[in-house]
Amino acid sequence: MYRREQPVPTQACPAALYNNLCVLSLPAPRLTQFALVHGLNVQLLSATSDGLPVSQRQLHAKEGAGLSFPLITQAYWCVLPFRVLLVLTSQRGIQMYESDGSVMVYWHALDSGDAPPAQALFARGIAASGHYIFVGTWSGRVLVFDVPAKGPNIVLSEELDEHRVPITDIAAEPAQGQDCVADVVTADDSGLLCVWKSGPEFKLLTRISGFGSPCPSVRLWQGTVAAGYGDGQIRVFEASSGALHVQINAHARGVSALDLAPEAGKLLSGAEDSFVHIWKLSRNPDSGCIEVEHCHAECVTDTQVCGARFCDPRGSSFAVTGYDLPEILRYSCV
Amino acid sequence: MSVRSLPLLFLNLGGEMLYILDQRLRAQNIPADKARKVMNDIIATMFNKKFLEELFKPQELYSKKALRTIYDRLAHASIMRLNQASMDKLYDLMTMAFKYQVLLCPRPKDVLLVTFNHLDAIKDFIRDSPTIMNQVDETFRQVIEVYGCLSAGEFHLIRQTLLIFFQDMHIRVSIFLKDKVQNSNGRFVLPISGPVPWGTEVPGLIRLFNNKGEEVKKVEFKHGGHYVRAQSEGSFDLYGDRVLKLGTNMYSISRPVETHVSGASKNSALNTKERTAPNPLAKEELNFLARLMGGMEINKTSGPEPGFRLNLFTTDEEEEHAALTRPEELSYQVINIQAAQDQQRNEELTRIMGEFEVHDQPQQSTSKGDDLLAMMDEL
Repeated sequence: MYRREQPVPTQACPAALYNNLCVLSLPAPRLTQFALVHGLNVQLLSATSDGLPVSQRQLHAKEGAGLSFPLITQAYWCVLPFRVLLVLTSQRGIQMYESDGSVMVYWHALDSGDAPPAQALFARGIAASGHYIFVGTWSGRVLVFDVPAKGPNIVLSEELDEHRVPITDIAAEPAQGQDCVADVVTADDSGLLCVWKSGPEFKLLTRISGFGSPCPSVRLWQGTVAAGYGDGQIRVFEASSGALHVQINAHARGVSALDLAPEAGKLLSGAEDSFVHIWKLSRNPDSGCIEVEHCHAECVTDTQVCGARFCDPRGSSFAVTGYDLPEILRYSCV
Repeated sequence: MSVRSLPLLFLNLGGEMLYILDQRLRAQNIPADKARKVMNDIIATMFNKKFLEELFKPQELYSKKALRTIYDRLAHASIMRLNQASMDKLYDLMTMAFKYQVLLCPRPKDVLLVTFNHLDAIKDFIRDSPTIMNQVDETFRQVIEVYGCLSAGEFHLIRQTLLIFFQDMHIRVSIFLKDKVQNSNGRFVLPISGPVPWGTEVPGLIRLFNNKGEEVKKVEFKHGGHYVRAQSEGSFDLYGDRVLKLGTNMYSISRPVETHVSGASKNSALNTKERTAPNPLAKEELNFLARLMGGMEINKTSGPEPGFRLNLFTTDEEEEHAALTRPEELSYQVINIQAAQDQQRNEELTRIMGEFEVHDQPQQSTSKGDDLLAMMDEL
């Protein structure tokens, strides 16, 4: 169903972090941009559809007081209605760049105020919904930034205060607007999921409790929450009620990345067991309940997958990164 | 990132070091009493109370250089000497072994079981010395106390932090290559069969529920691996069956320790920021190291015992050859503390050294501070 394409060589191997790959397709010229976190820096690469590398750039975490070499935790392209911003989270704070990484337009330092002594400080979890960018932090607090159509006047407009342990991932509903049930879902180290609805302020719609495993990766699609857990399970919930509709014993090790192809309802999961799976989400027309079907399994030999993304909204191609792997693997539909 | 990874890194690397030294001491036919003295001295230094107090404080993992310097000191805590080439090889083996163990842990929490395997073995090494045994037991209890109640999420962060530390290390180890545990490109083999981690279900099942929470359908799918249920969970107590074999001693007299030092990987010229820094020591790092060193007992003045040199290679010629041919990007650049030009730093170092109590060993020099500084000169 999918076949392996020419991999894109990288200058650095990715760090064993969650959701360690972001993909941005550029329409003209037909290039794909990749971002992966090496640890001390972020590698930005662009490649042709044949996998030939075209250009590359490295970005570092902004230092500030204290730590000499802060680690970066995540890199993500936030696609907003009028612009695309590249957001980096690190142990120091949040950096926002123009999408090619050429200019930093905004910097937000993390507040270490009330942190207990044995607490690691970092920001992690990035998503964009409407003209807002959401970023998670070590305390569980989710920062909501209001982004203008252009220019650097980005403002911290709200803080969502429901989680109590570090945020792992945040996801937004890809098809935004009017009749959306839910707009954003946030996940944390305890496996707790919070579903939010936009308004004058973001309002908590549902809480879905964890069960002892962190939730490293989460996705939201047409009122459905898909979550991958540290014990290898994938669970799918009804966003409005929090009801569990599907429980999958998907992987033999922790899930490290999930992605969704919104035009096809395809879900991609990558885990530390070296497997990548593709699933199909659908709604049963009679019961209205969400169902999942397994489509494809791919073994990335001897590799702990740390990032996996669809390269197009129909899910006809995807890319994978792994710990100790000096290249981005690409697959496409036959 | 996690501020709790350093003790685990130190104890496990130390454990691997002891396995290798023990094997080499026997392979080189070092007299039993000398060998025992070396092992006892190193273990006593490793589990020094003040030293461990510093180590267990919540803090970031330090640089590879700083850590290597500590093990250099540790290996020289007794009457044994190692040439640079042998010390490099020892460190290569230690780090690749623990990297392998962390990577292959079924659950992030299982790194504790690996630690306990090392501690269990260390207790066996010093079973005839009750004082040192006490120190090790104390540390064991401290590990249980500090890590016993951490959440799965916190263990994931510890694991990620350790794996970031081990990134870009792809040295090929003969014993791993022979056992087909490492590929010829330096990456480890990840099996896709065997028991799943404790608490994980065997992959291959999709369960569908209705709005009332009732299961309405079960569908199996082909996931590609060959997994079975886990039989039992290892013990996290002071004593018990750890179940996990990672962290137990893989060397024996018939399995010599060899490494191929391969700098061939095109990605090894990374860590650019660390390597190109003109002054390799940030002030914080120097202070931290000084505090740690200050807590270490250096047992050099122990009477008529003459020292000896341990070789990690089979012959002296091999050792010399290894020293000459080690690829540049793999040099560890051990910190020579005395080389730091800053006068203020040296004063602070002397002050910190002077604060630690003098143990009742016959001292040749006027103060413990001078003695330790003098020793560091020789590194």
